[in-house]
Amino acid sequence: MNWKYASQRKEYGRALIELGKMRKDVVVLDADLSGSTRTADFAKEFPEHFFNCGIAEQNMMGTAAGFAASGKVVFASSFAVFATGRCWDQIRQSIAYPKLNVKICATHAGITVGGDGASHQTGEDIALMRTLPNMTVVVPVDAQETYKTTKTFADWPGPCYLRMSRLDFPVITDPETPFKIGKGTLLREGDDITLVGCGVMVSRCLEAAETLEKRKISAQVINMSSIKPLDEGLLESAAKRTGGFVTAEEHNVVSGLGCAVSCYLAEHRPTPLRRVGLMDTFGESGEGEELMRKYGLTADKIIEAAEEVMKRR
Amino acid sequence: MVAYPADVIAELERKANLIRSHIIRMTRAAGSGHPGGSLSSTDLLSALFFKVMNHRPSDPFWDDRDRFVLSKGHAAPAYYATLAESGYFPIEELMTLRKLNTRLQGHPSMNKLPGVEMSTGSLGQGLSVANGMGLAAKLDRKTYRIYCICGDGEMQSGQIWEAAMLGAHFELDNVTAFVDRNMLQIDGPTEKIMSIEPLADKWKAFGWNVIEIDGHDMRQILDACDRAKDTRSKPTMVIAHTVKGKGVSFMENALSFHGKTPNDEEAKKALRELGEDQ
Repeated sequence: MNWKYASQRKEYGRALIELGKMRKDVVVLDADLSGSTRTADFAKEFPEHFFNCGIAEQNMMGTAAGFAASGKVVFASSFAVFATGRCWDQIRQSIAYPKLNVKICATHAGITVGGDGASHQTGEDIALMRTLPNMTVVVPVDAQETYKTTKTFADWPGPCYLRMSRLDFPVITDPETPFKIGKGTLLREGDDITLVGCGVMVSRCLEAAETLEKRKISAQVINMSSIKPLDEGLLESAAKRTGGFVTAEEHNVVSGLGCAVSCYLAEHRPTPLRRVGLMDTFGESGEGEELMRKYGLTADKIIEAAEEVMKRR
Repeated sequence: MVAYPADVIAELERKANLIRSHIIRMTRAAGSGHPGGSLSSTDLLSALFFKVMNHRPSDPFWDDRDRFVLSKGHAAPAYYATLAESGYFPIEELMTLRKLNTRLQGHPSMNKLPGVEMSTGSLGQGLSVANGMGLAAKLDRKTYRIYCICGDGEMQSGQIWEAAMLGAHFELDNVTAFVDRNMLQIDGPTEKIMSIEPLADKWKAFGWNVIEIDGHDMRQILDACDRAKDTRSKPTMVIAHTVKGKGVSFMENALSFHGKTPNDEEAKKALRELGEDQ
């Protein structure tokens, strides 16, 4: 498929600036990665409302909590691996438990970080955030949806996590495409199997669906950007219609989107399912696309999984 | 130095004594909790809530109130007793500490109890929160102040020093923090477990205005708060030298009462010593 590509981070920066223009209660925090996360764009426009906390993520989250307890809407950014793992207890104790208005907006998630290698990649962030009570977790499918999520978060009460990539992602949505927390989007209709993806893997699902069509398998594709709350109604109707699932995520298959979907289905409508994602492994250095291929984050893997599920239906 | 009248000091001491008796009764009834570190923080809390801080117990979310963060969340019994004596909730409720469905959680929870500004308990985190509140106040051009009490054991956690850097960097002169320097942590003396001295030098080196006081002397506590208020472009760290278990002879400096509560006999004896056994 011929995709157009656009940057999620850039749209995040743009949305922050718009929020800064619209409201006085927004503050943005970063931990010495503001150029990469694009919070620097906001800092340039609103220097008084931007606070660089240095390489100290734990303290950044605590400071964010103090701001939020004082009535501010706080956007706190860093790379996903540091914004979730390094300060998980601070997020748990000082943000999630007291249900404070802190929006953790992390970039460089997954393995498409590339050359920096496993220390800077993360396949665990969705798991870490979605297990926290009170936390909302959104993995936008593309740049446009990142913009909408950022704007939506500003009015969404309580702690939120937004996951972005370093690489530009295929453009899937346009400014008019509706986005709602707790709602997935059916991007393509089909009767035989449902492919549920988040982030960049949604584009891989769409590619897989085209190939499957040629093989006489009618696949529908869901963009499940809202991982928590999960769109259970959409899963229910998809299970009823197709009776088989493949999930796809640029994240460990342990405790990510695939697990969220499987748990729901196992409890409410047991349905054959396969998960595509990082197979409980760390990444390594390489170009983003090379790593996607090496670690099986491809349309081919989704097709393989779909054909296997079809046999079990 | 403001000369506080003797009756003001005497009233604060009376309140502190009352709070100590609540701590004994509460932890006795709960059967678990941290009386030692609660008793060492009591005078600081009394001075803050009954004299230093601007707050309205009948209007807990008053915009211009001074903020308080109990970073050493395990001193919750002292905190709750102080809040109840201030009028945030009925005194009788103190006896529900740690019981099922209580608003008085083992460690403070801001969404359950009015007057609690921040949920704490996992050590080392409160000062960062106080700093965030200080930054927010400055951003809003507000003059309210932020107070925070840390334990000395907390000085061992890295986040405290991250917060130390941030507070000095942003010149948060609206933040006054205390370290309840009672010398003991669960496993033993701080200097044996993981030494934190020279503590005053460390805070000075990090750019804070450092004041050392006897944390059980009301005049010294009030004076430290006044001096913090008069200090520009630096946050203040008050190193309050205290006695763990202060006020009850057999609990003073007794490691065992960090996380152990008095039994019936001990509670009776403690209340008798405090003159609150009626």
